[in-house]
Amino acid sequence: MNQAVSTPDDTDVVDLRIPCKAEWVALARLSVAAVASRLKFSIDEIEDIKLAVAEACTNAIQHANGSQYIEIKCEAVDGLRISVRDYGLGTRPEHIRSRELDDERVGGLGVFLIRSLMDDVDYVVHPDQGTLLVMVKRLPV
Amino acid sequence: MDIKVNVREAQADCYIVELSGEIDVYTSPKVKDAIGDLIDRGIYNLVIDLEKVRYIDSTGLGVLIGGLKRVREHGGSVNLVCTNPQIRKIFDITGLVKIFGIFETEDAAMKALV
Repeated sequence: MNQAVSTPDDTDVVDLRIPCKAEWVALARLSVAAVASRLKFSIDEIEDIKLAVAEACTNAIQHANGSQYIEIKCEAVDGLRISVRDYGLGTRPEHIRSRELDDERVGGLGVFLIRSLMDDVDYVVHPDQGTLLVMVKRLPV
Repeated sequence: MDIKVNVREAQADCYIVELSGEIDVYTSPKVKDAIGDLIDRGIYNLVIDLEKVRYIDSTGLGVLIGGLKRVREHGGSVNLVCTNPQIRKIFDITGLVKIFGIFETEDAAMKALV
């Protein structure tokens, strides 16, 4: 008897919680890459998603003072919707900014990359409760 | 996941830093230390070979920018070797192609330094 092959739909959710430490970022980006691959993104798009997730986690590690964990949620909504949540105290909304292209300073590169590589990016910042970053990569029509 | 750093002298006052692996928030301090050690020794002309690098993020870019700024203070320069389209793309979208010389071979990167 043949088994039906199911495809991911918008009720499918993959949750990952990693320690807020540099050595776990690779696990996060590789896990999300596996989800993106399951959703039929191209290799180039998967690389974009990997980098955006890594940048989000890196920002949490570097700026979310006191956060023990980073939570990453992947949903098959609008392509792939990824939420990255930390529970740190350090970030203020005005500190989340991108950079100018001719700026040789290091700061802001991560946010710039996230905004460049993903289709929708939204930050929800509560200075006392951490930061939620929601980003979407759409599948080409 | 790791990064391997191989430093070798190519010619007088010019060194090649060959990197292999993935450069991220965890591994970039090792790259920063290797480049910083060379600069501390008075070596201000560097070729950084990224041909065996499979992945780089903003912390890796930051290390390269930091190295470039330090050697420029002494009249030196940093050229990169990179043909991986994914990595080239990151330099393109961040505008870093304007501040780094990026070449297809170590020889070409070296010749452009001197």
